[in-house]
Amino acid sequence: MFADFDFQVIVEAAPILWRGMLITLLLTAVAIVGGILFGTVLALMRLSRFMVLSVFSGRYVDAFRSTPLILVIFWFYFAVPYVVGRPIGDLYSVLIAFTLFEAAYYCEIIRAGIQSIRQPQVHAGLALGLSQWQTTRSIVLPQAFRNMVPVILTQAIVLFQDTSLVYVVGLKDFLTAADLVATRDNRVLELYLTAAVVYFVLCFISSMWVKRLRRQYAL
Amino acid sequence: MIEVENVSKWFGDFQVLDDCSTQVDKGQVVVVCGPSGSGKSTLVKCVNGLEPFQEGIITVNGVSVGAEDTNLPKLRSQIGMVFQNFELFPHMTVLENICLSQMKVLKREKDEAEERGMKLLDRVDLIDQAAKHPAHLSGGQAQRVAIARALAMDPIAMLFDEPTSALDPEMINEVLDVMVTLAQEGMTMMVITHEMGFAKQVADRVVFMDEGRIEDDAGKDEFFGEPRGGRARLFLSKILTH
Ligand SMILES: Nc1ncnc2c1ncn2[C@@H]1O[C@H](COP(=O)(O)OP(=O)(O)OP(=O)(O)O)[C@@H](O)[C@H]1O
Ligand SMILES: [Mg+2]
Repeated sequence: MFADFDFQVIVEAAPILWRGMLITLLLTAVAIVGGILFGTVLALMRLSRFMVLSVFSGRYVDAFRSTPLILVIFWFYFAVPYVVGRPIGDLYSVLIAFTLFEAAYYCEIIRAGIQSIRQPQVHAGLALGLSQWQTTRSIVLPQAFRNMVPVILTQAIVLFQDTSLVYVVGLKDFLTAADLVATRDNRVLELYLTAAVVYFVLCFISSMWVKRLRRQYAL
Repeated sequence: MIEVENVSKWFGDFQVLDDCSTQVDKGQVVVVCGPSGSGKSTLVKCVNGLEPFQEGIITVNGVSVGAEDTNLPKLRSQIGMVFQNFELFPHMTVLENICLSQMKVLKREKDEAEERGMKLLDRVDLIDQAAKHPAHLSGGQAQRVAIARALAMDPIAMLFDEPTSALDPEMINEVLDVMVTLAQEGMTMMVITHEMGFAKQVADRVVFMDEGRIEDDAGKDEFFGEPRGGRARLFLSKILTH
């Protein structure tokens, strides 16, 4: 089976694979940044003393966490153009789907992070005359995020792997690109092996890096 | 300066404060003591509105703390508070800790805030620690920074919640010294502490709390002079002998 393993196939496929990788990285980056930003808003809403905000955020998180990502991607692909009134392209619909989906997960991570900050720290901020919001922004969130760095990065690695699900709407991420070449050239072994190695190496390096961060900063 | 009138507070069904009344006049030092769980911290937190209370009135400098329309952040910015576990902000340097509220609340420029911060650090003898993070300070140093941080707001009164009880014995005095100086300079202070030496040296009055009630509220000489009744005596004899 390995006897006719042809490296040339991989070299020739490299530009396509690279373009796929760019899509994968773009998706990952946007979903992390957007997910954390919106997730923070959701977490603050969840912890707010206003029932409406808190309930909305709770329902939102429950809804997304009980739906498989692949369905969310699929729905947004059809639903977003319908809501906006015009086609927005598969890339945008997927970016939105990922951001909203990841926000639900980040919300829970960030909520736990905020709750890990002891109440006397909040009291110390308030006692100095800072408003509730200033205390949250300058004292609670920076410490919460610092504690959350490893979990956030671990979630990012999961996310990186999950981006391969965009094949359902025909978006050419890294894995889809590999799959396309594999069937086109009938070179399944070369391309799937390459894909596996690339995913493994990237995730492995990232996990190691997270572990080191954890040790270095005693997180 | 601080008036507490018939304050009662409940946590759910549990009554933490039971009809408490006391006051701290301008320039006075009032020491609050009593057994663990008697409501001392809660009382002090009611004074700057960190804890709400259901009955009674507390006024600070004529402003009612519990009133709907009171600007609590503004009121709190005028009342310094020092905590048992320092509560410095670990993600900021010592100087940043002292400058944060000066800039955000008093809207001082960075230069001005830092200048004031360095002056106060000098005052508590920690000028060489300005760039450090709180994790690298000893407990005594951290508490002195916390006092400097509170003073940076130019407070009209200071609240202390067991400022030395988390410290190693050899560090207690460096913090008490700062507090004594502050008291002698005429700062209005409400101090929860079991350091009776401190009370004897600078307190005007001593308040003894038990089970949410103020059981005793007397001038220092009276408090330490005559034999006290019941629980206060028992409590005093316990903490004075160890
Ligand atoms: N947030 C809260 N919810 C419910 N009960 C509380 C809360 N905070 C304090 N208590 C209870 O109120 C009582 C008084 O607490 P407080 O902290 O004021 O006592 P304290 O006199 O300061 O004691 P210590 O010397 O241990 O600091 C205690 O029984 C405590 O368990
Ligand atoms: Mg206490």
